[in-house]
Amino acid sequence: MALESFKDAALPLTSAIHPIRWRRRIYAIAGMAVLLGITIVVTLGIGSTDISFGTLIQILADKLTFVHIQPTWTSNTEIIIFDIRLPRLLLAGLVGAALAVAGTTYQGLFRNPLADPYLIGVAQGAALGAIIGFMLPAWQIVSIPLLAFVGAVLAAAMVYTIARVGKTLPMTTLILAGVAIGAFLAAITSYLMIASGDKLHGIISWLLGSFSLTNWWQVGMVTPYILIGTLIIWFYARPLNVMQLDEEQAQQLGINVEQVKLILLGAATLITAAAVCFCGIIGFVGIIIPHAMRLIWGPDHRFLLPLATFAGAIFLILADTAARTMLAPTEVPIGVITAFLGAPFFLYLLRQKKRAIF
Amino acid sequence: MFYLKLENVSLGYDKNTVIRNVSLQARPAEMLGIIGPNGSGKSTLIRGITRIIQPTQGKIFLDGSDVQDINRQKLAQLVAVVPQNPKLPEPFTALEVVVMGRTPHLGLLRYEGQQDMAIVTEAMEATRTLAFAERRVGELSGGERQRLTIARALAQEPKIILMDEPTANLDINYQMETLDLARRLCRKQKLIVVVTLHDLNLASQYCDWLVVLSNGVVHCQGTPHTVINARTIKDVYGAEVYVYPHPVNKLPATLIVPNKEK
Repeated sequence: MALESFKDAALPLTSAIHPIRWRRRIYAIAGMAVLLGITIVVTLGIGSTDISFGTLIQILADKLTFVHIQPTWTSNTEIIIFDIRLPRLLLAGLVGAALAVAGTTYQGLFRNPLADPYLIGVAQGAALGAIIGFMLPAWQIVSIPLLAFVGAVLAAAMVYTIARVGKTLPMTTLILAGVAIGAFLAAITSYLMIASGDKLHGIISWLLGSFSLTNWWQVGMVTPYILIGTLIIWFYARPLNVMQLDEEQAQQLGINVEQVKLILLGAATLITAAAVCFCGIIGFVGIIIPHAMRLIWGPDHRFLLPLATFAGAIFLILADTAARTMLAPTEVPIGVITAFLGAPFFLYLLRQKKRAIF
Repeated sequence: MFYLKLENVSLGYDKNTVIRNVSLQARPAEMLGIIGPNGSGKSTLIRGITRIIQPTQGKIFLDGSDVQDINRQKLAQLVAVVPQNPKLPEPFTALEVVVMGRTPHLGLLRYEGQQDMAIVTEAMEATRTLAFAERRVGELSGGERQRLTIARALAQEPKIILMDEPTANLDINYQMETLDLARRLCRKQKLIVVVTLHDLNLASQYCDWLVVLSNGVVHCQGTPHTVINARTIKDVYGAEVYVYPHPVNKLPATLIVPNKEK
């Protein structure tokens, strides 16, 4: 009897509601991508030299399409847009996307809502590498990012080696090792900062995060790493979903858990290092963006990861725009902006929907 | 014919052997019950069959091939597990959890299609979980979650379902419902169902073949008629019980008598 009555309800439920949900989420991803495009165009016009929207569109049309427009603007305006603002904006977007994707991945992998690049010592490793770069007498433009990158990878490798038990990588030992190594590296960083004396100012502003010296070379350097890392993580969204059960259930559903962990950890570390190496440590993005997306669009990583990618990019572009314009010509460290904007927004979301998001 | 076969299997963790020299065999449309006291190695046996741990000795065969030689994805197409007290992610909906059962049939980039959803719907229909398909797992009761994991196992379209204490923490009506469902699926879809049980009466009523584990070794195995008797239960559990034929179907029923105060 009971079985029969459920049969009638069955078809409308799954065949109707499920695709609608899908469509809504796909529209959300597309909408987020469009929003990112709009954000880029609008923020290009904002800054110490105001460029009107009409002029901006004309310049973009002239440069990016085959349409030729008789310039009504100076070559200076072009330089401001293409050599100063655009690379800075793109780097901010890339870093925001990277931190949000890495945060989502770490949280999913560790099944821990507090997980982010700091928790497993990656960011601290990058910071220490960069500090050592600052201490070197020459070649800082090359050595700082390079050493930051080396530091992040070494920290991740160290945590991974210490946390490994036999052939497996238990999440609890991973987090414990990460916290311990992170604290150790942060201690060395603090010591070096105090010992460095007159170079202190540059280091502190780097530590708080800044995009003020961005050029095209930096954008070109980080783009492949962030792009490849993010794509790899997107591909592994389904296994990441299944791993929300627990490792044993995931294995029994056919997931090669150890392999998936290694791939996702590797990819997340790669993009974190790329994100940290040119602009220092920028907090909150890796925690707030993933949770905000989860609250709004649910826990399915196949949608969550693309949404977090675009949302992270938008968020950091806006934050950087605020950082360079609020107290112009003084730059506010971007970490201050992300915390200032991010924390209240996050609290608001928490108050709005008081249900389990993780 | 598809079969599950264990040959002199020993299983354990590190140097601590939990299961020693277990041999058994199960065929389609057969309910195999594994009974024995706590710590006798029932759950370890299930973890061995799904290759979570490797036998230190002996071999586990599925249809003639060694389990160790079957890759994880293929194995999950053949064997599904209904775990005891599973951890389920609370923000996911019931439907999303059952859809995870399709994982072994989908590649990295293939999303579930119409056919997968039809299989999922059927599985949820059979387990009466469709009514709360769109609810979040966090809002469901223990019994509802239990049925959800059975639906997920069915969505895997396996040839073998391993159930680890499926009736623990369930009220008597759900105990019967769960095992009725397991037996119906077993007979209708010609599945091998291996179920570990605490309750000797449920084991006797529902299983075709019982394996009695005691301290990691097989104490005895056979039909409920040959296995369930006062002597075996005394030997394995150390409890004095009476075993009588069930008034309806004559299967052995275990009755307890409290010890008199001395």
